[in-house]
Amino acid sequence: MATKNLPMREALRQALREEMQRDERVFIMGEEVGKWHGTHRVTQGLYEEFGARRVRDTPISEMAIAGAAVGAAMAGLRPVAELMTINFAFLSLDAMINHAAKIHYMFNGQFTVPLVYRAATGWGNQATATHSHMPEPIFAHFPGMYVGVPSNAYDAKGMLKAAIRDENPVLFTETIALYPKPSPVPDEEYVLPIGKADIKRQGGDVTIVTYARGVEWSLQAADMLAKEGVEVEIVDMRWLRPLDMEPVFESFKKTNRCVVVEESLPMFSFGSEIAAQLQEAAFDYMDAPIKRVSAMDVPLPYAAEIELMALPNAQKIVDAVRGVL
Amino acid sequence: MATQTATLPKEQLLDWYHQIVLIRKFENMCDALYAEKRITGVYMHLYSGHEATGVGALAAITPEDHVITAYRDHGIALARGVDPKAVMAEMMGKRTGTSGGKGGSMHLASREHNFWGGYAIVGGHLPLATGIALKVKYMGEPNVVISFVGDGATNNGYFHEAVNLAAVWDLPVVWIIENNLVGMGTRVEEASGQPDLVKRAIAYGMKEGPRVDGQDVVAVYEAVKEAVEYARATGPVLMESLTYRYQGHGVSDRQYSAREDLKSELEIWQQRDPIIVLRSRLTKRFKNIEPELERIEEEADRIVAEAVEFAEQSPAPGYEDLIANVYVE
Ligand SMILES: Cc1ncc(C[n+]2csc(CCOP(=O)(O)OP(=O)(O)O)c2C)c(N)n1
Repeated sequence: MATKNLPMREALRQALREEMQRDERVFIMGEEVGKWHGTHRVTQGLYEEFGARRVRDTPISEMAIAGAAVGAAMAGLRPVAELMTINFAFLSLDAMINHAAKIHYMFNGQFTVPLVYRAATGWGNQATATHSHMPEPIFAHFPGMYVGVPSNAYDAKGMLKAAIRDENPVLFTETIALYPKPSPVPDEEYVLPIGKADIKRQGGDVTIVTYARGVEWSLQAADMLAKEGVEVEIVDMRWLRPLDMEPVFESFKKTNRCVVVEESLPMFSFGSEIAAQLQEAAFDYMDAPIKRVSAMDVPLPYAAEIELMALPNAQKIVDAVRGVL
Repeated sequence: MATQTATLPKEQLLDWYHQIVLIRKFENMCDALYAEKRITGVYMHLYSGHEATGVGALAAITPEDHVITAYRDHGIALARGVDPKAVMAEMMGKRTGTSGGKGGSMHLASREHNFWGGYAIVGGHLPLATGIALKVKYMGEPNVVISFVGDGATNNGYFHEAVNLAAVWDLPVVWIIENNLVGMGTRVEEASGQPDLVKRAIAYGMKEGPRVDGQDVVAVYEAVKEAVEYARATGPVLMESLTYRYQGHGVSDRQYSAREDLKSELEIWQQRDPIIVLRSRLTKRFKNIEPELERIEEEADRIVAEAVEFAEQSPAPGYEDLIANVYVE
């Protein structure tokens, strides 16, 4: 199959374009998505291609963006609502959690809310405390909404297409640091199923469970560890909801050791959840305590030196893996 | 009001000239340092073009009054009298910065100047202004709060709730919309059903202030002075200062300057640059004032250079700073 090496932002743009061509009900709305081409240039060119009816610039009104997406979706459209960055989704939280995620249940299935919230995410680059969040686990806390967290261009495209086609509301976050990173994307159309994890590297010694940028750091750590003869297996969850634990259990039964890598904060986290599920389901296979590599439990500061101290990296993962061996 | 203008003391006008020139030179320096990667990070929003608004507005209040703004805050900090050294050190993420290097460009603050900070979540600081004004009224203090707000920020829920609450409780806030015609790239008339933003005051039942010429520091000063008097005596005022940003939204997007239509708009605004407008007021009123203005400009260069030197020689924060102040210990 022919492929092209595409940066993640272009793969995402392809997904949006293909789905808009396929289904007239699919439209984009958000701050600066149209004439400004999107803050992270994911929607570049779509306004010119599809016009102001399908690519809608909004005021700086996060509550209205998130809530209007719910109404439009209930009424039969397929909104892809961009929240610019996940930091601003805190203003949208009520519409997302109390309405998008609950309406189907609360009205006993009368309504569906087939929307996608897209948001750029991730820590770092001195964006400072209010602009340095990776809060996907907060959203995954609530039943009723799916949460997609791709780690590369190929996955991102196939996952976003699935999200747009699904009948459920989906929060889809895109790590800013991954936008320029290329990976091979097939010329032919493909859709990746919702809620399916992926093994990004095979190995028999330690299982690393991670997502989004954690995959990149884990792959770097894996190379470093391979030189010492340690082979890690990397499970990229791809979705925090639905959470595909089967491949994690399978891998853990083989390695009996696990390190969870997350870019987010450690308390009440992805790592806590994976560790809890592993000990419940596979306690008899456990040969060492499960370790977590997370961001430090502080708001992120501006100064680069101390900001970087607070973030995960490959070396911290290497150290954690050594710690469970 | 015209009589007032003619009688403004020379020292005051020269002080404003100093402040406006200092801010412009400070911002130009920030821009240059960013290009050289001596200032880093993804966010930095320059105040160039807006100077007359910050300087004129803050000249109308006392040190006991209160000031709060969004992320475009360098000029506000300097106009409030915060030491340029501490501001530059914050830009470089140094321990000697206004926020110890932990806040950065968007989060300057100075408790001792009653400058309650710059805030990067659009609209987020607006209810804080309401709360600060509540304290003032609650304690029976004679002070006011000046809350700057972007034109774009008037469209999120924070604005509506904060402004309405201040009206309901008759709180002493002067809301100054710094209307530079655009949010990031979306223009006021594309984002606001009523683009005459100051008219919203009517819907909130609060005093509708003027739409003032934001390029003219004297006009801003006089309008804000009147608004402040009203706020002290009666309740909140919503007013607008019409201005223009010179260097795009921020360092994260420079596509702005590449757009031809916007370039010509910029040129029109720069013909009425705050420095030009004030300079011509001064030269018209006072004979042979040019040498004095030049001295002020040189003085500003010196202050900025010293600020850079101070910042560069200051230590970076360390691990103990990273973990400090998460909670009050
Ligand atoms: C809640 C929220 N939404 C979106 C953003 C991204 N953003 C930062 S500045 C900005 C434009 C604000 O425009 P305006 O209020 O007019 O202020 P100006 O930048 O012109 O001074 C946007 C959309 C943000 N920081 N916070």
